[in-house]
Amino acid sequence: MNKLQKAFNNGKAFIPFITVGDPNIEISEELILALENSGADLIELGIPFSDPTAEGPTIMEASKRALDKGITTDDIFNLVARVRKKSSVALAFMTYANVIFSYGIERFAQKAASLEIDAIILPDVPYEEKDEFYIPFKKYDIDVIAMITPTSNERVNKIAKEATGFVYCVSSLGVTGTRNTISLDISGLINQVKTVNPNIPCAIGFGISNKEQAIKMAKISDGVIIGSAIVKLIEKYKMNCVPYISEFAKEIKEGIRDIK
Amino acid sequence: MNRGHFGVHGGQYVAETLMNAVIELEQAYNKYKNDDQFNKELTYLLNEYAGRPSLLYYAEKMSKELNGAKIYLKREDLNHTGAHKINNVLGQCLLAKRMGKTRVIAETGAGQHGVATATVAALMGLECEIFMGQEDIERQALNVYKMKLLGAKVVSVKTGTATLKDAVSQTMREWTSRISDTHYVLGSVMGPHPFPTIVRDFQAVISKEIKEQCLAKEGRLPDAILACVGGGSNAIGAFYNFIEDKDVRLIGLEAAGLGVDTDRTAATISVGKLGIFHGMKSYFCQNEYGQIAPVYSISAGLDYPGIGPEHAHLKDIGRAEYYPITDNEAVEAFEYLSKTEGIIPAIESAHALAYAIKIAPTMDRDKIIVVNLSGRGDKDCVQIARYRGETINE
Repeated sequence: MNKLQKAFNNGKAFIPFITVGDPNIEISEELILALENSGADLIELGIPFSDPTAEGPTIMEASKRALDKGITTDDIFNLVARVRKKSSVALAFMTYANVIFSYGIERFAQKAASLEIDAIILPDVPYEEKDEFYIPFKKYDIDVIAMITPTSNERVNKIAKEATGFVYCVSSLGVTGTRNTISLDISGLINQVKTVNPNIPCAIGFGISNKEQAIKMAKISDGVIIGSAIVKLIEKYKMNCVPYISEFAKEIKEGIRDIK
Repeated sequence: MNRGHFGVHGGQYVAETLMNAVIELEQAYNKYKNDDQFNKELTYLLNEYAGRPSLLYYAEKMSKELNGAKIYLKREDLNHTGAHKINNVLGQCLLAKRMGKTRVIAETGAGQHGVATATVAALMGLECEIFMGQEDIERQALNVYKMKLLGAKVVSVKTGTATLKDAVSQTMREWTSRISDTHYVLGSVMGPHPFPTIVRDFQAVISKEIKEQCLAKEGRLPDAILACVGGGSNAIGAFYNFIEDKDVRLIGLEAAGLGVDTDRTAATISVGKLGIFHGMKSYFCQNEYGQIAPVYSISAGLDYPGIGPEHAHLKDIGRAEYYPITDNEAVEAFEYLSKTEGIIPAIESAHALAYAIKIAPTMDRDKIIVVNLSGRGDKDCVQIARYRGETINE
């Protein structure tokens, strides 16, 4: 069993996101370890991009703060190398196509594999363009995660059929960011995925901001992804954010772990 | 399925949320592009509303003064709303109506595309929202007023460099959150397929007319066609029907800003490298880690870190040439055409004129250059005055 499968083997999975380098690289390192200790099953590490077209204001601003500090892809690889001396938690990189393309897709994949990265999430690479990334990453046993959205409709079948690792179900239209209500029919979407690919775990992301929403989403899926709500806490507490994030993470994981 | 590739360039690098929207657009376009009724309506609007065909004007005084090739100006500046942008907007809004959309959104740099979109939205009864970088809102106050007057909402984009690229990103975000009733009227030959193809086809009327007009006036094709390039819509429009005419040089002029050896430039072909951004693979100004560079040009319309994928391909195969023109060269050309021919060009188009001024004297007098005068320069007067140290109170 690979680490990604294990991530979905501990009750409903909790998948937090952080923008690496915000507030700085040292705190990012502490956050990864704190999130693991607080029950995170898989941690999404955002490699900041200058123009993140799928992000709402919270993650956009976090990316800018990190880039303004001069953080680079290589700094992030070095950070993960330090983390890997202490932790074997499942890790995914979330970034944009150009960050990987400019590094060299093969070179990036090789580096990520050496750091035991389990998955890559690229919001600007849809099914039609995936092979360019999917094939080189597959060679290193890294899953490029498929995303489905409420507008995917008949596309869900072909996307789900070829999905590996897990399926990232986008809960709402628009960009990332916390929302007061999530009203679209996500369980229908997930049923459609499971009909085509019964064993693939489905995690829901975009707009989940608190325990109540997390529980609601965990009821209809295999895990929840929380980004903006965490990034907002980081923004609020800056260098002192670690205990607040730990507490939030524990609350979420405890809330969803045993949901059936 | 063809996903709009031009060599290695193009493609559809957008969020899954937008995929069905771009597929729906492609299907609608394929359905209507050869539809007689659609084309009849579009031609009617181009001729009766936008004022086409635009003139191909022989700039005799300028040609004689430069003492070289004959220079013709393709007068896209005489179109309704003062630029080539209306050609594409009429086409896309007509398509949006056919698709049952009731709302259009668009990005704008100099404001020309925003004004054109607001204009056609008013004409066709579509709700309209224009996204514009805060920096450009300040540079182009008159166009902002015009858009509001035409009934559009203008949204200030303050993220990133607060210019055209950020306006494009924000319009994409807006489209992602509301696709059911909204069409994104992309203003250049860029973005995900099918936009580069659709916009090119709607702008290709420029080269179709140049060809007919040049044959009528000179009995032959021109030797060179010059056009400024940001995303590249006026240039591809001016080039397209000449791509197979290998003896016609196709020359795109990029905004060098303060110079291609400085970091205050927007000359993508000169300083950019292959990348993936704004839905397409093409050349982009970026750093070694793929972070998009904050570009600069005096011209808000050329202040963009990428170039349309078809231009990138024409560059790769050697069919078109691209050269950088600095702010200063463009401003001099802006002043030169005003004084010599009594035509105030858009500062964007002045980049193409600057190159004509350079090469015309090196060419024989029986050679013919066509410069695509993509827009008029009223919008730029305040800024150019400021560049020359003069303050105008509007």
